[in-house]
Amino acid sequence: MKAAQAMVKCLEQEGIKVVFGYPGAAICPFYDALSESGIRHILVRHEQNAGHAANGYARITNRPAVCIATSGPGATNLITAIATAYMDSVPMVVITGQVSSDQIGRDVFQEADITGAAEPFVKHSYLVKDASAIPRIFKEAFYLAGTGRKGPVLIDVPVDIQNVDIDFNYPKSIEMRAYKPSSKGNNLQVKRAAEAVALAKKPVICAGGGVFSADACNEVLELATKADIPVVTTMMGISCIPGSHPLNMGMIGMHGVKSANLAVNKCDLIVLIGARVGDRAVRSPSFLEENAKIIHIDIDPAEIGKNVKVDIPIVGDAKLILNQILEIIPKLEHREWINELLALKNAPAFEKRADGVVNPKLFVSKLAERMPDDTICVADVGQNQIWTCNFFCMRGGRFLTSGGMGTMGYSIPCAVGAKLASPETPVVAICGDGSFQMQMMELATICQHDIPLKIVIMANNRLGMVHELQKNLYKGNTTAVFLDGSPDFIKLAGAYGIECERVSSEDEIDGAIERLVSAKGPYLVECRVSPDEKTL
Amino acid sequence: MKHTISILVENHAGVLSRISGLFSRRGFNIDSLAVGVTDDPSVSRVTLVADGDDYMVEQLEKQLNKLVDVIKVRTIPQEELISRELLLAKINAPAEKRSEIMTIAEITGAKVVDITTSTITLEISDRTEKLANFEALIKPYGIKEMVRTGTIALQRGADAIKK
Ligand SMILES: Cc1ncc(C[n+]2csc(CCOP(=O)(O)OP(=O)(O)O)c2C)c(N)n1
Ligand SMILES: [Mg+2]
Repeated sequence: MKAAQAMVKCLEQEGIKVVFGYPGAAICPFYDALSESGIRHILVRHEQNAGHAANGYARITNRPAVCIATSGPGATNLITAIATAYMDSVPMVVITGQVSSDQIGRDVFQEADITGAAEPFVKHSYLVKDASAIPRIFKEAFYLAGTGRKGPVLIDVPVDIQNVDIDFNYPKSIEMRAYKPSSKGNNLQVKRAAEAVALAKKPVICAGGGVFSADACNEVLELATKADIPVVTTMMGISCIPGSHPLNMGMIGMHGVKSANLAVNKCDLIVLIGARVGDRAVRSPSFLEENAKIIHIDIDPAEIGKNVKVDIPIVGDAKLILNQILEIIPKLEHREWINELLALKNAPAFEKRADGVVNPKLFVSKLAERMPDDTICVADVGQNQIWTCNFFCMRGGRFLTSGGMGTMGYSIPCAVGAKLASPETPVVAICGDGSFQMQMMELATICQHDIPLKIVIMANNRLGMVHELQKNLYKGNTTAVFLDGSPDFIKLAGAYGIECERVSSEDEIDGAIERLVSAKGPYLVECRVSPDEKTL
Repeated sequence: MKHTISILVENHAGVLSRISGLFSRRGFNIDSLAVGVTDDPSVSRVTLVADGDDYMVEQLEKQLNKLVDVIKVRTIPQEELISRELLLAKINAPAEKRSEIMTIAEITGAKVVDITTSTITLEISDRTEKLANFEALIKPYGIKEMVRTGTIALQRGADAIKK
């Protein structure tokens, strides 16, 4: 069969049901073959969003998802999405068309060295030179993307190669002598960790995005309950245990909450699970080193000791390691310590805002209350993101955001992917008026493919977070953060035939949320917010 | 401190650019890098000399290990290091200086690989420090051109870095 058909067969073998992409000449043989398969193709309106949609799909299924672009500008448009997935360790297989192999290197029309350009942001990449290697390359790509520390893998396929006839045999096994992801934790280290936890007076668990990659949410909760340990999360770890759980002290870091940051500052032992101690999460790793014993569980050995010196490192799969620990750890109690933190976690009081605007924290908090327990909530980047992180109380479900890269324009395409991965689950995307305008072309994708998303725009007519930064750190010299010239979002949604409404006073909140939640199709709410509303 | 690191890699296209890209990206300072195929044609061996503290070497090793094409990484302990670098130098050598230069060559263990009426080209293979000494000795005659390979190294003893 043609190599292009083989590529599609590979995807079928990997159980791929939905792909996201945007065609062009160099990937046409593949599209030709794809149209004859049962795989559903979602045409996005910009390649970056194909990447973000695959990202959302992958994070919900916890398996590699696929996005596709043509050569040159199609491929380079994907780079931000590839980097976003890389920073958050999201498994993706990225397929790009390339100019004909005999033309490579001559700067021909729509030629871009995408394997070179994406090199810093991929776990691995392939430029296919021999069509018969396609089954092996695809097998390896899915394996690499979805095992160990997950991440994006790029396959660049020249257009002539896609047209070569090959024998199709999908390999059953992988032979990669240089790639051996670790799995179980070293028993001795596990024992040391369990002993240290048993000795601690003020232990805390810090859960990061790795907990989801390892499918270890239940184990985190089990450990927390059995050993009576409070849990804090990084932004990437939000929703690994419900926000409403009495042991959950909230998100740590620069934009985190008091109860969580105090837990980290006052603890005598911290168990980092799939959290890389990023600069936004832990501002002063040396303080932590001096004051607490540090246990670090991570699948990536390179994360151990990278940002913080660790007392007990355990490399491996968090689910397996936590189960190993659970087997030997006794039941413990830390009531006094937990009560100390709970005292800081009092119910939020929402200040009233003047008419014309609403308190965004109140809005997201009410929205969270009204959405079903299993809701997938996607936050964009900016103030809207932090309001959502801290006030959209997840009772189950899944919280998604671009944590490592902080990529504006992530929420709606990610929500598209998440919804297609889990069609029965309600999905809400919350974004700013700046970030909305980086992704509003995807309203068409939602309409074309009947994807009933719920969208909230926090409209402050500012690049709010930067505006605030300039006010605080640049002597109030606010510049280039005014979004005058923005369209009327309600008319815009109307132009797409999407139901929508504007909320500009507190007494409108409940009704709007009711309609948003019960809408059968896509629904958009624009929330008017004061430009001086604070992030925290 | 200088560290000598040996890396076995799959002999695939693009490996070298992945390795060198990693250095600049992660801010590692590399003194030299040498690559060549091993007795197994599917495997190449990279020797790299880097300057930095223990944290840097640990990170360098770990980040290298993450590359899918990297089979094995090992830092060779300083006291067990056998290292060599090859140097070729074309030196100004008018007739009256020739015998002086030949004496230097003899003492340092350099070989004459080419000679003209006005130049001598010498070849020497030794440890990096020794080459610095050699360079200092020939410098006064005028070096027209000089080229070095970068260090290659093995570890003393019967132990070997396996695939
Ligand atoms: C692609 C991209 N460009 C720039 C930034 C820098 N940035 C961070 S937050 C922010 C403002 C976002 O404005 P908006 O979407 O309106 O959200 P708000 O903060 O007002 O809620 C900007 C520009 C970014 N994170 N991503
Ligand atoms: Mg805004």
